[in-house]
Amino acid sequence: MEAILKVKRFNPEAAKPEPYWQEYRVEVEPHFTVLDALIKIREEKDETLSLRCSCRSAICGSCAMRINGHATLACKTKLSEMARGRPAVTVEPAGNMPTIKDLVADMTPFWSKVMAVEPWLQPRGPEPQGEYLAPADAMQHLVGVMACIMCGACVSDCTVLEIDPNFLGPAALAKAYRFVGDPRDQADAERLQALSRYSGIWDCTRCNECVQACPKGIAPMDRIMALRDRAMDAGFRNNTGSRHTEAFEEIVEHSGRLDELRLAIKTFGMMNVPAMLGLAPVGLRALMRGKMPPIFHKPIPNAQAVQKLFKKVEEAQKGDRK
Amino acid sequence: MLECDVLVIGAGLAGMRAALAAHTNGAKVIMVSKVHPVRSHSNAAQGGINAALTDRGDSWEDHAFDTVKGSDYLGDQDAIEVMCSEAGREIIQMEHWGVIFSRDEEGHLGTRTFGGQRRARTFFVADMTGQAILHVMYEQLMKSGVQSLEEWFVTDLIVADGECRGCVAMEIRSGTLQVIRAKTVVLATGGLGRVFEPSTNALICTGDGIALAYKAGVPLMDMEMVQFHPTTLKGSGVLITEGARAEGGYLLNKDGDRFMLKYAPSMKELASRDVVSRCEQTEINEGRGVDGCVLLDLRHLGEKTIKERLIQIYEIGRDLTGIDITKEPIPIRPGMHYQMGGIKTDVDGRAWDVKGQWGGIRNLFAAGECACVSVHGGNRLGANSLLDTVVFGRRSGEAASQMAKDMKPTEVSEEKWLKSSEDKLRSLLAREANGDSVAKIRWDLGTSMVEHLGVFREEEGMLATKAKVEDLKRRYEKVAVQDKGKMFNTALIFGIELGYMLDCAETVVLGAIERKESRGAHHRLDYPQRDDGNWMKHILVHETPEGPRLSYQPVTVTRWQPQERKY
Repeated sequence: MEAILKVKRFNPEAAKPEPYWQEYRVEVEPHFTVLDALIKIREEKDETLSLRCSCRSAICGSCAMRINGHATLACKTKLSEMARGRPAVTVEPAGNMPTIKDLVADMTPFWSKVMAVEPWLQPRGPEPQGEYLAPADAMQHLVGVMACIMCGACVSDCTVLEIDPNFLGPAALAKAYRFVGDPRDQADAERLQALSRYSGIWDCTRCNECVQACPKGIAPMDRIMALRDRAMDAGFRNNTGSRHTEAFEEIVEHSGRLDELRLAIKTFGMMNVPAMLGLAPVGLRALMRGKMPPIFHKPIPNAQAVQKLFKKVEEAQKGDRK
Repeated sequence: MLECDVLVIGAGLAGMRAALAAHTNGAKVIMVSKVHPVRSHSNAAQGGINAALTDRGDSWEDHAFDTVKGSDYLGDQDAIEVMCSEAGREIIQMEHWGVIFSRDEEGHLGTRTFGGQRRARTFFVADMTGQAILHVMYEQLMKSGVQSLEEWFVTDLIVADGECRGCVAMEIRSGTLQVIRAKTVVLATGGLGRVFEPSTNALICTGDGIALAYKAGVPLMDMEMVQFHPTTLKGSGVLITEGARAEGGYLLNKDGDRFMLKYAPSMKELASRDVVSRCEQTEINEGRGVDGCVLLDLRHLGEKTIKERLIQIYEIGRDLTGIDITKEPIPIRPGMHYQMGGIKTDVDGRAWDVKGQWGGIRNLFAAGECACVSVHGGNRLGANSLLDTVVFGRRSGEAASQMAKDMKPTEVSEEKWLKSSEDKLRSLLAREANGDSVAKIRWDLGTSMVEHLGVFREEEGMLATKAKVEDLKRRYEKVAVQDKGKMFNTALIFGIELGYMLDCAETVVLGAIERKESRGAHHRLDYPQRDDGNWMKHILVHETPEGPRLSYQPVTVTRWQPQERKY
């Protein structure tokens, strides 16, 4: 059967280097992955098409790219599923990274962010003769993060990185979690302090794109949320993100719903004039659209029920920690 | 020109381990790799890494015996003793560096039983052990600050006066060539799997270092010994880990019989790989297969075990074949997996003979799958390949840096070497299209190798492949590369790699035709018995101006005399 692939091409050596779309028609087998089709194109139709690929079994992390607009591994994506109900399967290089050529993205910024989290085990004290003793379940839990193959699919589709290229990003933060969560690593305090700064864990907007994109089920966003909990537990609360979280919880527990004015004041601090002024345009726009929160905040009728819920959750969390 | 004491070519486990060892030993190291280090094929080692830890009541001598037996008595026993006795130390080193090995209830490292071994001594991380170790090794490399040239492709080894003095490499991104001058060079470029089609190997496994060394005059040893893994997917040849059988998986024929009970009553599915592969092929050839395959049945292991310990296999089944392995058996067959042979080295990775008997090139070292120490002999045991990379990677790095300490910088004419490499690339790019293609030649090579140098071999077929390789070499001289650009020209790289693959293929075929017996993975229908009287020796292939020449080296036997091999 024939498949149609529309591939975004880019030749840096062209007289005017501009990306353009090229359509390829290729005979495929039902079991083909998108990578199988791209390799066939490269071998039979167009040797100039450049892409990275190696293992063909989702372990080397070379072939992350956007297929039908979303980042994934080409070797793990069935062509037939992508082609269903569409005139053509679109293939583009990974996003949030410069393109070197065709489907080859420049991963230099990716690796420099990984490097920024000091991604190596930092134990303290004398090395034991044998292995470090570590609980089996803690290690089994870490396998779920360690399974990250550094393909960059999460970074490609991260919505924060589109706005702020300084954000450490889901891959580097998930890597950081792998050390914070490791009972052998003794640098948690330094790590969590560094991660609590600008461009770190508090800059994620929880849009969930990285969880969707990850071909290995790492769920980077969940790891970032776990890092936030750990950072707050470790006492790194003197930052906007922590205060926002605390205020959010406190207000909702108290009155059963959010008081957005108080949330802003508690997050930034009443005396923080520049931040307060910075919020003024948001307030104005809300006012003009009739979405301004009421100045006098009232609890919901049965706020005690919400407080009970909070108590239950707190008790459950205590149980989890034990 | 870039300069260093120790140049490491290849950045899989053996390469990175060598680079770290040399760096720790005070050498200035440059490591160059055609892919980013974490994309290396060491990733694909799923099942584990062997070591006999004495605090668990195991002994390295037992591990060594299993390895000797597994090798069908072709492995050099002095080298096997080194590997097995140093294994425990390496495992602990990896653990201290951060590898998240699976644990037992008390928090100690846990083990599983792998094929061809009488004890559980395989340490593992679910079914992604290679990946787990590779990424940790790269973490240590980032920490060390070793200069790592990532996505640089080596086009030539610089050899003069019988010694290796560096390489010429192309930065793939820009297409520019650079000379890298070194006092000593470690080759750790991995295997040659893509010479066969299909193969479990990644597309990058094209025998680059093996061919570079061979062309430079280093003999290759045991090249006829090619491992066919018992469980690979039809079509793509993607690997299903031996861990699937280690966890208790069954092999079934079309009648639902566990046929291994008949062939290897004691070790069953966990007999050594060459044995299991032959049994499967026999079932298929005698009409008891299913569509050219047999079945791997994991259903009885239960969903929890499968999803905790065989995660990747669960995903591969789901994504590549549409089979839920918790509910259905998966069709598998033997597939090309590993090259036991390679660049002949001693136990410190030296690719030259200090006694001068077998030649080689001074200052050149090799480790990992591209090397042949020989610890695997006729058949490698599962989970001994990761061990090989870390033990001999470290030893090569140590020896190469030690040697460099006493050396002055070598003399290299940058201009001359750049020009000769440039000319080579230019002539490849200048050829005009003739209807042939690199991909076609590679396909013809791979399919012919699998057809006649597969699980079962015989003279007639191998001679046909020999003629085929010669013909393909002639086609290769004329084939054109269509991409004429400089930047990230993957077509050009495939073109050069194909040359490496053809050189490797030639030596595999020659070794296999020469060895007139059946031993380990080399099974001949025309010589079905092992013949210790005539063939308990290594075959070496040397490149000479008159063509390939063969020579022989005795197998080193320390304490284990050959016995009949039963599982």
